[in-house]
Amino acid sequence: MDQRPISPHLGVYKFAYTMSLSILHRITGCAAAVGFLLFVWWLMALASGPDSYARAMQVLSSPLAKLLLVGFTFSFIYHFCNGIRHLVWDTGRGLERAQARRSGLLVIIAALLLTALAIWFACSAMGFAPVSP
Amino acid sequence: MSLRSPLSKVLGRGSAGEGVGHWWMQRVTAVALIPLTAWFAISLITSSLQSYEAMRGWLGQPWVAVLTLLLVVTLAWHAKLGVQVVIEDYIHSKGAKTTLLLLSTFIHVVAAVAGCFAILRLALA
Repeated sequence: MDQRPISPHLGVYKFAYTMSLSILHRITGCAAAVGFLLFVWWLMALASGPDSYARAMQVLSSPLAKLLLVGFTFSFIYHFCNGIRHLVWDTGRGLERAQARRSGLLVIIAALLLTALAIWFACSAMGFAPVSP
Repeated sequence: MSLRSPLSKVLGRGSAGEGVGHWWMQRVTAVALIPLTAWFAISLITSSLQSYEAMRGWLGQPWVAVLTLLLVVTLAWHAKLGVQVVIEDYIHSKGAKTTLLLLSTFIHVVAAVAGCFAILRLALA
């Protein structure tokens, strides 16, 4: 049973940039799943009282944690935008090559803009403007 | 002549024996997560919730608590289905695959229960 022929794998296809968007959907989905665990940890800290919440916020304010949070934010936003693209495909629309390339570009632009916006909001909420007026 | 039994035709579960349940729930949770995550993210970044008291007070409100409970359960469900597909696609050894699938299921259930417990504690305290 283990020796049955299998269909050719992804390696047989010529590279198209939409393929990297597709694998990025999986990578960002996995990253967002880890981010979800972090979110639950934060909720538990909040529910445990002011001291544990202060400790959690202390951990989250380290430079490494901030870098990770930016990564999780981008992962979540990209997965959100590209997920909508996948849901539209599920209705049978937008599957032509030119359309898929265009929607892919739109997803990248939207994800980058929304990530920048989220970082800007987070920075101003913490009391320092990322861009001086 | 079809070799499929009448029962298998009626159940419509295909060769994997599971039908389209996984695929469909992945979409249902995805659609539900669009408004839920957008609401939560926008609320979080547009209001000033820096202090412990402000955050606690916001999450403890009845409708905020209900929507956040829905968010946690739907996120856990969607993440569990997605991680499952990734494990099934890339891990080929049967032992490692089964172990990772079990581990992923347990972690997602623990996260869902912990998230719900935390929100209920904030809302009902």
